[in-house]
Amino acid sequence: MLGYFLSRLLTFVPTFFGVTLISFAFIRVLPGDPIIVMAGERGLSEERYNELVRQFGFDKSILSQYIDYLGGVLQGDLGQSFVTKKPVWDEFFSLFPATLELSIAAMIFAVALGIPAGVIAAVYRGKLPDRVLMSSALVGYSMPIFWWALLLIILFSGMLGWTPVSGRISLLYYFEPVTGFMLIDSLLSGQEGAFRSALSHLILPTIVLGTIPLAVIARQTRSAMLEVLGEDYIRTARAKGLPPARVNGVHALRNALIPVVTVIGLMVGTLLAGAILTETIFSWPGIGKWMVDSIFRRDYPVVQGGLLLIASMVMIVNLTVDLLYGLINPKIRRR
Amino acid sequence: MTATAPTPAAAAERPGRFREFYHYFSENRGAVFGMWIFAGFVFVAAFAPWLAPYDPAEQFRDFTLIPPAWAEGGTWAHPLGTDPLGRDMLSRLLTGARYSFFVGVVVVTVSATGGIIVGLASAFAPKWLDAIIMRVMDIILAFPSLLLALVLVAILGPSLTNAMIAIAIVAQPHYVRLTRASAMSELQKDYVTSARVVGAGLPRLMFLTVLPNCLAPIIVQAALSFSTAILDAAALGFLGMGAQPPTPEWGTMLAEAREFILRAWWVVTFPGLAILITVLSINLMGDGLRDALDPKLKRS
Repeated sequence: MLGYFLSRLLTFVPTFFGVTLISFAFIRVLPGDPIIVMAGERGLSEERYNELVRQFGFDKSILSQYIDYLGGVLQGDLGQSFVTKKPVWDEFFSLFPATLELSIAAMIFAVALGIPAGVIAAVYRGKLPDRVLMSSALVGYSMPIFWWALLLIILFSGMLGWTPVSGRISLLYYFEPVTGFMLIDSLLSGQEGAFRSALSHLILPTIVLGTIPLAVIARQTRSAMLEVLGEDYIRTARAKGLPPARVNGVHALRNALIPVVTVIGLMVGTLLAGAILTETIFSWPGIGKWMVDSIFRRDYPVVQGGLLLIASMVMIVNLTVDLLYGLINPKIRRR
Repeated sequence: MTATAPTPAAAAERPGRFREFYHYFSENRGAVFGMWIFAGFVFVAAFAPWLAPYDPAEQFRDFTLIPPAWAEGGTWAHPLGTDPLGRDMLSRLLTGARYSFFVGVVVVTVSATGGIIVGLASAFAPKWLDAIIMRVMDIILAFPSLLLALVLVAILGPSLTNAMIAIAIVAQPHYVRLTRASAMSELQKDYVTSARVVGAGLPRLMFLTVLPNCLAPIIVQAALSFSTAILDAAALGFLGMGAQPPTPEWGTMLAEAREFILRAWWVVTFPGLAILITVLSINLMGDGLRDALDPKLKRS
């Protein structure tokens, strides 16, 4: 057991350094002089240029630049934004709750609909409910979510006027963030209608971001359920005369959930990629939109820091999932 | 005793590999349906210039934002309407199929070839080299694919070619892992050992002995990454980092149409529908391929 944990941790360390190397290399492989490119049309005085060369360390050897960079990273210093002049670390953590709130909402949406859909499809295997649900799941899985977002906006915001088009809350409300989660903060603020406004802003982005995970979870639940439903202990449970709902919903589902939970854990990358598109379309002020905006503004220190933080996050979650999986499934530890 | 054993005839009727594969594939009606739609997509991609009623870039300035023929105000001269610059939607959509098809073919070819070679090399390589290759793949996989593609395009400059390069790089690690895993399990088997004993050289062992037996999961992955490539290229186009206007690439068309979503539903609906149908048909086929090629699910 300990051996498995250690070997898994040992592969984490070189991968992490590789990721720092990539984000370090990013600014340096850009065509042209990165400082001139970042300054763009604004132009730069010679003094300012020299100052920036020193600040980025471009006057030193590449090796000492990397060592400086790595030292900074390990102390939580990711440089500062070229545009806002704020530390990248601070920007990331002020925007991260918005992405986290949206991702959690999307996962709740996906799990709450996906697991029952998968169970129903498996129980009615080959029959109409199975076919309808699995066809819908395949459509969801194939969905270009940026288009899906536009369709939902046309329908719910344009034609029905039910939901707002962008942002996290109506401009009528203002309060200082406490948790960074708009739903919680709006409740804490005690302002009438604030929670409702935050919720209505959250609905469409949640559906858009949750669609692909929903489809994946439904398909995974179905196949895991089908495998489990063929087991002897399910036959035993049925033979005992337990009601089908209890056999399917408790005995089978509980065992089918192990692979499903793993898939959910490994979906962080998908969620973050989806957040890039979803946040851009709905002007959701999270890290996905932040990354896209920074790429367009040529704010390269932000792109560099964001890359590193996002990749580290994905790696840490995947590592955790692997370790937990090793904990509940002894077979995997032998590898 | 006139009766002879009937077995040789039965043995001769054993279907060929392709027939057997198609038998299992065609049991999945969705897969066959997907295959026909995909065939239509390939046909459109091949013959778009002859199928399209107009040049996709031609601007009918007096006919901007005409709705589709069946809607009020529509005309059969432009069956699917026109965009804000008066360009014929149908012609643009048909031409757009070429870009998506091209993206899919190039990305799958490049990433599969590279991935198979690196994966095989990794399976045959000494342990330390294998470990290095796998760590490099882990590093690429640590970045969400779309983010890495976006950043690569930011470095290379926004264009369809660079988007394809970026998507191919992001798709490659999946092939490497898959090839390596199945090659390693094949390496344990007796036929590989006997080929070695007979004196097969390393390239022969890698590409002629082991690779053909690893192909099934790779083919399924190819179908999957074909559809992912189309989606990612469209997403990059939508974000302004893929094909550039006025190219009638479907994602780019959607980006151009964004500001008209509440006024002209057709400029938004059709390009997305085209993406969805194409990707869906490939995924349907992919499911059929998986069922037909996965020996575990095969009923004998």
